[in-house]
Amino acid sequence: MSPAAGQAIVGSDVCKQFKRESGETVVALDHVAITVRHGGLTALVGPDGAGKTTLIRLIAGLMSADAGTLDVLGIDVGKDPQAVQDRVSYMPQKFGLYEDLSVQENLDLYADLHGVPTAERRTVYPRLMEMTDLGPFTKRLAGRLSGGMKQKLGLACTLVRSPDLLLLDEPTVGVDPLSRRELWEIILHLVNDEGLSVLISTSYLDEAERCHEVVVMHDGKVLAAGPPATVTAMARDRTFVVAPPAGTPARILQARLLDDPGIVDAVPEAGHVRVVRGGGSAAELRGIETRAVRPRFEDGFMVLINRAAEAHRVPAAAEGAAVKGDGGPAVEVRDLVRKFGPFTAVDHLTFEVRRGEIFGLLGPNGAGKTTTFRMLCGLLPATSGTLRVAGVDLHHARASARQRIGYVAQKFSLYGQLTVTENLEFFGGAYGLGGRRKAERLAWSLDQFELGDLARLPAGQLPGGYKQRLAMAAALLHEPETLFLDEPTSGADPLARREFWRRITALAQTGVTVIVTTHFMEEAEYCDRVVILDAGELLAQGTPAEIRRHAPERADHEPTMEDAFIAIVEEARRRPAEAA
Amino acid sequence: MTDRAPDGHSNKLQRLRALIVKESRQVMRDPSSIALGIVMPVMLIVLFGYALSLDVRNAPVALVLGDTSAEAQEIAAGFRLSPYFDARTMTSMVEAEQAMVAGEVNGIVHIRGDFAAEAARGQGQVQVVLHGTDANTARIIQSYALGAISKAAERRAAEGYPVGGTGPVVVQARTWFNEANDSHHFLVPGLIVLVMTLIGAFLTALVMAREWERGTLEAIFVTPVRADEIVLGKTIPYFVMGMIGLALCVVAAQFLFHVPLRGSLVVLTAVSSLYLIVALGIGLVASSVTKSQFVASQIALLATFLPAMLLSGFLFDLRSMPIAVQVITYVLPARYFVALLQTIFLAGDIWRVILPNAAVLAFMAALLMGLALAATRKKLA
Repeated sequence: MSPAAGQAIVGSDVCKQFKRESGETVVALDHVAITVRHGGLTALVGPDGAGKTTLIRLIAGLMSADAGTLDVLGIDVGKDPQAVQDRVSYMPQKFGLYEDLSVQENLDLYADLHGVPTAERRTVYPRLMEMTDLGPFTKRLAGRLSGGMKQKLGLACTLVRSPDLLLLDEPTVGVDPLSRRELWEIILHLVNDEGLSVLISTSYLDEAERCHEVVVMHDGKVLAAGPPATVTAMARDRTFVVAPPAGTPARILQARLLDDPGIVDAVPEAGHVRVVRGGGSAAELRGIETRAVRPRFEDGFMVLINRAAEAHRVPAAAEGAAVKGDGGPAVEVRDLVRKFGPFTAVDHLTFEVRRGEIFGLLGPNGAGKTTTFRMLCGLLPATSGTLRVAGVDLHHARASARQRIGYVAQKFSLYGQLTVTENLEFFGGAYGLGGRRKAERLAWSLDQFELGDLARLPAGQLPGGYKQRLAMAAALLHEPETLFLDEPTSGADPLARREFWRRITALAQTGVTVIVTTHFMEEAEYCDRVVILDAGELLAQGTPAEIRRHAPERADHEPTMEDAFIAIVEEARRRPAEAA
Repeated sequence: MTDRAPDGHSNKLQRLRALIVKESRQVMRDPSSIALGIVMPVMLIVLFGYALSLDVRNAPVALVLGDTSAEAQEIAAGFRLSPYFDARTMTSMVEAEQAMVAGEVNGIVHIRGDFAAEAARGQGQVQVVLHGTDANTARIIQSYALGAISKAAERRAAEGYPVGGTGPVVVQARTWFNEANDSHHFLVPGLIVLVMTLIGAFLTALVMAREWERGTLEAIFVTPVRADEIVLGKTIPYFVMGMIGLALCVVAAQFLFHVPLRGSLVVLTAVSSLYLIVALGIGLVASSVTKSQFVASQIALLATFLPAMLLSGFLFDLRSMPIAVQVITYVLPARYFVALLQTIFLAGDIWRVILPNAAVLAFMAALLMGLALAATRKKLA
């Protein structure tokens, strides 16, 4: 056996560079050292662009390192990738299921490729089906599965034989909380009960906390490695909870605290603000009553990342988006129904959004969030019900309603070949802006979203977070009263999400109504009010505090938004079963 | 530590079989593959077989008879009975010219009032006026018209009447290989080139690039599967599909359009296989290099389909092209395949033609499959 017998992966001084199309060199991995032991669960944690995917691909033998050594299962993967590929299983970030093959056919394909004997399949398949709850769907085409089910099938395909090492690249990105929990149950079962060695990459910090070991990466470098507790310990004696002044939303205080250079992190949580202090003093905390709390992995992670790079600071409150209009509700929805053939995507929704609110639509994949959104924006006609946006009935005056709203789609929907300025000019023109007003708005948006330096770059080449900024800038050019954002933080890392919400808070302070869909439950804490949807039905609505009351009592921690959400959805899903 | 050898021979076959089964299922379920692989060939057969024809048939011509003599009637009958003409008798040149200006007729056959008298003196003249906008059609009508007139003259000569106008030399034209002068005889074999190119290069480029785009290959790569198995797993199903296309075309050629097959079916199948492998190789290389459906299909279209149509000698004679263009045609596999097809269908197993052309195709097939294997590495970047 090789000298690295006790370790599944041993790498040192691993370097990898890429050339962008524009010719510049990107350092994806910068002298990375990593050790992953057998029989445990190790997480690669870090924001987007940290190099997690590149490292996993190197381990899987899909790329060759520029320098350094990398042994996987005692094999030099650079020299003999096939020997590694014969023994590991790998689930890429976007697992390439064959969508026109059924669940069973996908499984058979992988079983054949891995050379699983027929006799063995008789015991493996039922176990996989039981684990993933895919049993009733074996004949269904993979393309017709929901997002969470696809991920479970992808995982099942990698488990048709028991691999010596399982590599999972961000398996829970874009998966709703319920499916995410189910996936994690499977992974923990594999590690704890079956003794599998698993390396998982993630940008969800609560997931990293559940692993035996973590490797924190940032900008191609390893910042820390060890049990999650060592990272958590970095925030010891620095984590506090602060109560906002009575009558104001927590996010106002949170935004102020986040802008303080002495503070590493601030997030709204259960009506309060959770703060992580930096090494020095924090001016904003002076004179405020703080209550020390036990740090979490996330707090320690923010300390680490903050130390590595001054986190992107967002400028203070946006100005200029003046708000017009009377005091009526921004959006009024009554008995809204949308059917696609026999399928009811949205089932008698009724809710109201007040002016200047941040309003959240929460729900798992397929809950009807995007369908509702498209109807609100006048992109999809309702089957029945009434819809008033900015006081205008969408049935009668769709065009004039559209003038008053801005819409940021889930997918990047700007012109990749046009530069930042050209995109903004086009959208300004499309909204009927011209002359001095257009020039003013363009200057405002470049300044507000810090796009000035990149103004001449084609939009397609912008880094991820900047694309979203540009999309928001384009949607705000015509000074809409209401801004719709569809899953703006889906797939975004913790840093990008904080930055995004900092902007939204600033925008709301200027009086713009913001309606946002998300499946990150903790983000509901930024909202004034939320509705929870599942299978087209409205299950609950109210302030975050009201929603949180649905959560069952927990001994180990205060009930979170996610606990409440899962309780509400599970309760609703049980109901028809009992009735039947 | 492994109880099964992932590299064993039976495992290799099992993996290959799994990939082929997967590919076949995808083809069956994907409407666009069916459209490209089955519907398109059938449409091409119908289009080339029935609608598109380079022959002139039922060309409308005006007959202006200034003379009602037996000689004149003989010539007029020649036009009326010919399958090539749709003769309309008109009373005056003025009327006929108007019809020509209006585009109702493609030509005028004018027999003057003194035709019988002149003919008796051996100087009979028939005026043929042609609509020259479509020069090609005009030339064809001209030659048919001359044929019709000289036939009439021959008939009269055989009946013992004095004949004039023919010199000491009589040109007797005969068309070899395509005696019926039927363009189907070379269009339908040419169709095989298009169908094979479509399935081999275009469809294969699309489906392989799709795997790169959707990320399905990334997961497949990290299994015991070998790169050559991936290439073969793509090649074999589309090879079968191309052969089905060939069968469709041969059946259509034989039974719908009555094109003779003078060579042997075995030779036809053999050379078609060679060309199909070349086309598959181009499709696989294009997709593995570009990894994009759009770019790969554009390359396949520009590098194979259009040249197969325009520069293979299928529609246009290569020898009448400028030298520079002719030189280009030598790198195009379609050129060799068209030469083979035309020979096998219309002339027979002429080994002097078949062997050198097939040798070039075999060389190209080996080269391109080698390139495809080299281009399909189990690496992402």
